[in-house]
Amino acid sequence: MSTYTADLTSKLRFGAYDALVLTRRNLLVWFKVPAFIVFTVIQPVMFTLLFRYVFGGAISTGLKGGYVSFLLPGVIGQTAAFTSFGTAISLAFELQKGTIDRLRSMPIARSAVLLGRLGADLIRLLITVLIMIAVGYAVGFRFSGGVGGAALMIVYSLLMGLAMCCISAFIGLAIKDEESVQAFGLIWVFPLTFVSSAFVPVASMPGWLQAFANNQPVSQMVGAMRALALGHPPQAPYGDHLWLGPLWMVAVMAVFIPLAVRTYRRA
Amino acid sequence: MTNDHAIVVEGLHKSFGDVHALAGIDLVVPRGSVLGVLGPNGAGKTTAVKVLTTLLAPDSGRAIVDGRDVVAEAEAVRRSIGLAGQSAAVVDELSGRENLEFIGRLFHLSAAESRTRASELLESFGLTDAAERRAKTYSGGMARRLDLALSLVAHPRVLFLDEPTTGLDPRARNDMWAVIRQLVAEGTTLLLTTQYLEEADELADDIVVFDHGKVIAQGTADDLKDTIGGDVVEFTVEDKGTVATALRAVSGCGEGEPSATEEGEITVRAGRNGSAVLLEVVRRLDKSKLTVFGLGVRRPSLDDVFLALTGHKADDDDEIEGAA
Repeated sequence: MSTYTADLTSKLRFGAYDALVLTRRNLLVWFKVPAFIVFTVIQPVMFTLLFRYVFGGAISTGLKGGYVSFLLPGVIGQTAAFTSFGTAISLAFELQKGTIDRLRSMPIARSAVLLGRLGADLIRLLITVLIMIAVGYAVGFRFSGGVGGAALMIVYSLLMGLAMCCISAFIGLAIKDEESVQAFGLIWVFPLTFVSSAFVPVASMPGWLQAFANNQPVSQMVGAMRALALGHPPQAPYGDHLWLGPLWMVAVMAVFIPLAVRTYRRA
Repeated sequence: MTNDHAIVVEGLHKSFGDVHALAGIDLVVPRGSVLGVLGPNGAGKTTAVKVLTTLLAPDSGRAIVDGRDVVAEAEAVRRSIGLAGQSAAVVDELSGRENLEFIGRLFHLSAAESRTRASELLESFGLTDAAERRAKTYSGGMARRLDLALSLVAHPRVLFLDEPTTGLDPRARNDMWAVIRQLVAEGTTLLLTTQYLEEADELADDIVVFDHGKVIAQGTADDLKDTIGGDVVEFTVEDKGTVATALRAVSGCGEGEPSATEEGEITVRAGRNGSAVLLEVVRRLDKSKLTVFGLGVRRPSLDDVFLALTGHKADDDDEIEGAA
C-alpha cells in the first residue's frame, strides 16, 4: 500500500515535472516567433480597438460606461476561444513533424504532451488577457465589480480558454495535418463567438437566432464574465450565467478531454 | 536467451483495416549488432519500428526489447531505446542546443547535466558551430544529425533509425553513415530501416528483407548475395496472360523457382551456370510456343537482388506505410 502511494506520488510529481518542461519549451517557441506573437496578442488588441471605435457607435447597450464596458468581457471571451486555434495547429504540426512520436518513445508521463500544450496555451492566454485589459483601460473600460470580480473574470476567461483548447486539441490530433487544421480548425469558433452576446446585445438579433445566441456556451460564459467585470447584481440576463457558464465549460471538457486523450494514444 | 539479444520478435501482427502492415514477423537481434531492415515503401518497416518503440500496440505476437516486453513493460522499454524517425523531429524554432537540452531535461537530467550532454553531442555530430542557430536554418543533413543526436541524449542501449538517410544528398548520406558507424563501434545495438540496399550493405551485420509485412529473406549481406546471387536469366512474355504458363515451362531450370513481375518479366536464378540455364530456358520456351522478348543472361545488380526477392522493384510505391 505504501509502495503504491509512493509510486503514485512520484508518478504525479514526474508527470507534473514533464508537463512543466514541455510548457516551458512551448512558451519559448512562442516567444521566438514574431508571427505567433502578432497572431495571439496584436490581433485581439486590434479587435478590441476596431469594435470599440468602428462598431461601438452603432451599438447601444444601455450600460453605464457605454459600449466599451459591454465589449471588453466579450472580446476577451472571443480571444479565449480563438486561442485554441494555436493548440490545434501546434499539435497537428508536431504529430506531422514526428516530435510527438519522439516524446512518446521516451519515458515521460503519457499526459505530459497534452498538459504541456494546454499549460503553455493558457499562460499565453493569460498574458494576452492582461494586455487586453490594459488596452481596455486606455480606451475607457473600467472594472466596476471590485478586485474580486475582476480576478474572477480573468479566471473565467482561462476556464473558457481551457475548455476551448480541449476541443481544439481533439480537432488537431484527429485531423493530424497542419494545413487542414489551418483551413478547418477554426470554422466552428466563428458562429460560436459571433452569434453570441460577445459583441452585441442578443436582443438586437432576429428572434430565431436569439434562441441559439442566448443559450449557447460562449454567451453563457461571456455573460458571466460581464457580470463579474461590471458588478451586476446576479439577475437576468446575467445572473444564471455565473454558474451556467462554468457548467458548460466543465461539460465541454468532460466530453473532449477523453476524446483528445484517446486520439492522442492512437495518433 | 533474451539476455544475449537486444531485440526478439515473435509472430508480430498489425493490421490497419484490411491492410496487413505486419503479417507475422520474427526477428532476433544480438546485442551490439546492427540489423538492417530492407524493404520498399509499404513493406511494414515503419510499423515494425513503431511497435518496437512502444508507439503502436501489436494485434498479436510478442516483442522484447532490451529484455522487456514492449506492451506489458512499455515504460521500461522507453528507458532503453532511442528513436530517430523518418523526418527530422526537431523543434525548428529552437536552436540545436536548446533542442538537446530540453530532451535532457525530459530525461530528468539537471540543467547542468543537460548542458554538458548537449555540448558533447553537438561536438561529436559536427554541430558545434551551428549550436546556437535555430534548427530551421539547418541543412537537411544537419537536421537529421541533430535528430539522431536527440535520440542519443540518454545513452540508449538499443537505437532505432527509420530510414535515416532518405531524402539526403549523397554527401550528407556519407556523413550520416560515418556517424552511425561510430555509434556502432561504441557498441550500441542498432535496428535500421532502409530502402537502399547499398545502405544495408554498408552498415548492417545482418539484413532482413521485408515485403508486405513479412520477412522474405534474411542473413548477412554476403549470405543474401549468395542465396540469390549469381547469374540471372530473364525474359518478358508478350502476353501477360501467359505468365503462369511461362513460369511452369521454365520451372526447375535454375536454382529455386522462377519469379515473375506484374509486367510479365520473368527471372530465373542461374547461380554460376548462366549459359547452361539460358540454353535450357530457350529449349523449354521453344517447346511451349510462348512469345517472349528481351531474353538474356546477366549478372544481378543490387536492385535485381531485390527484384528477385520481392517480385517487384525496390522503388515500388504503394500507400500502406502512409496509413501506418
